[in-house]
Amino acid sequence: MTHTARLEAIARDCRVQIIRMLAHAGSGHPGGSLSVIDLVVTLLFERMRHDPARPAAPERDRLILSKGHAVPAVYAAMARAGYFAEDRLITLRKLGSPLQGHPDRTALPGIEAATGSLGQGLSVAVGLALGLRLAGSSARVYCILGDGEIQEGQVWEAAMSAPRLGQPRHPLDNLTVILDYNKIQLDDFVAKILDLEPLVAKWKAFGWPVLEIDGHKIDQIDAALEQARATRGTPTFVVAHTVKGKGVSFMEHNPEWHGKAPKPAEAIAAIREILGVPEAGWERHLASDPRARALVDELRGLEKR
Amino acid sequence: MPAKATRAAFGEALLELGARDERIVALDADLSKSTMTVGFAKKFPDRAFNLGIAEQNAIGVAAGLALAGRIPFVCSFACFIVGRFETIRMSVAYTNANVKIVGTHAGIAIGEDGYSQMGLEDVACVRALPNVPVVQPADEAETRQAVAWAAGHEGPVYLRLTRQAMEAVSPPDYRFELGRWPLLRSGHDVTLVASGGPLFNCLRAAEQLAAEGIHADVLNASSIKPLDEDGLLRSAGRTGHVVTVEDHTVAGGLGGAVAELLSEVLPTPLKRLGVQGFGESGDPAGLYARHGLDAGGIAASVRKFLKR
Repeated sequence: MTHTARLEAIARDCRVQIIRMLAHAGSGHPGGSLSVIDLVVTLLFERMRHDPARPAAPERDRLILSKGHAVPAVYAAMARAGYFAEDRLITLRKLGSPLQGHPDRTALPGIEAATGSLGQGLSVAVGLALGLRLAGSSARVYCILGDGEIQEGQVWEAAMSAPRLGQPRHPLDNLTVILDYNKIQLDDFVAKILDLEPLVAKWKAFGWPVLEIDGHKIDQIDAALEQARATRGTPTFVVAHTVKGKGVSFMEHNPEWHGKAPKPAEAIAAIREILGVPEAGWERHLASDPRARALVDELRGLEKR
Repeated sequence: MPAKATRAAFGEALLELGARDERIVALDADLSKSTMTVGFAKKFPDRAFNLGIAEQNAIGVAAGLALAGRIPFVCSFACFIVGRFETIRMSVAYTNANVKIVGTHAGIAIGEDGYSQMGLEDVACVRALPNVPVVQPADEAETRQAVAWAAGHEGPVYLRLTRQAMEAVSPPDYRFELGRWPLLRSGHDVTLVASGGPLFNCLRAAEQLAAEGIHADVLNASSIKPLDEDGLLRSAGRTGHVVTVEDHTVAGGLGGAVAELLSEVLPTPLKRLGVQGFGESGDPAGLYARHGLDAGGIAASVRKFLKR
């Protein structure tokens, strides 16, 4: 298996787990979780230095998911990486679970900040990057923003400050910010609610080098993150063009699926699509794939409840 | 000790602490000359960050710095910094980031600038957060102690400071402790619980009242969250009457906190003195007189409350 194929396979597994956990929760945000997962997987399984056994290790790289509603994507990747057992994913949003509906730093080791009240994560990431620089650490900070999220004014306060903060002795070139540009927010298409364009020109005008990539192409994501890592003297902004609901045909490009959990039958249909199995061959596939079989049985069990 | 603004004492204390602990950093939003961190910034330019007139970002950056092991003091006027409440709520409180939020220019005592610059609802807001102690030191000595305490306390803190000079009221050997109120004067007829700006007026009111035969306990409620529950209940149980005095809206601040405790644990007749409605421009002494927070006003309210 090639390097890229390995990450794609992990992302596919994570997509399945996202659908599964949201079906169990009965609420949550599939669209933005599916659009961001390739970014999250490339970070956790390729770029970031981190150790699931030592989630508080000072030298770890940090991920701040500012668009906190997409945290099922991070939970799925964390479980896969070994932060906790995969079967805990289905406790998402349940009473007493550390897998809160939005990230809670105090509940789950490995979550770096409370986010989900949109517009706040970039400021925290900027402060983290500055603090690590002041401490002489070589750790890197990654921040993922949502597109609708950057309508918040605080994002632009942070955008204005980051390229200048710490200069000249402690420039924040340890900070990479990635925009999950899936073009849809809760109420409707971003362009219809409050258009962000010209987006690249705005960030450039605020002093950031800007890279544009397809946020579902692992090699493009990895190359952009490598370029950001090699850049000196300034943080880097990556515009990742993505598809909301990526991987599930009836969720893709559809604002309906911003914040609605799939019902068990919908979840099974979604998982079939993610696994790339045509409808006609599904039963035959399940006979030869015990994991998928168990998952489908589990989801059908939900229907009966 | 001569009278000194608690913001000035804070600036000096931060400078001293900064020399001993390189983890301490200061963040401002274009008011460093007013919050008095300017001395710290001069001495430690690499550890002072002026984020411009962008308080939300300053609070978030402070949270990030705290998560990287620094001890940030993020400073602005109380109304501006706590006005960005949602950022404090998420990025500092819920994240449990070790951030010291410093709100200066508390209350109507800032005077001429008027309501837009007056921190009048900040205590009520921050007090609602589960994990953020609220501390309002009374004078220079207590401010120095409270700043040192805040720097050493692991977790968020809100420090409320005054623009105006504050008379020295703390005993010479006083040590600040969270949740402990120094008893500044002893009496048996009424408990006066005062915090910040009007505390000295409260002591003068107690003197006037003593001359008339009304003897008051005067407690310095520098720790607004948590309250000194034992100290308050002990005094209230003895006097049977409690008056709270604060330069803050009368809703939800120190008076509100005291009302919550007494009504649940030891129902006691209570009078809350504070700011009614919005503030306004004017000279500080005139404003205190208008809102009944001068010595005469406090004494009159106590007499009326005790029906004497």
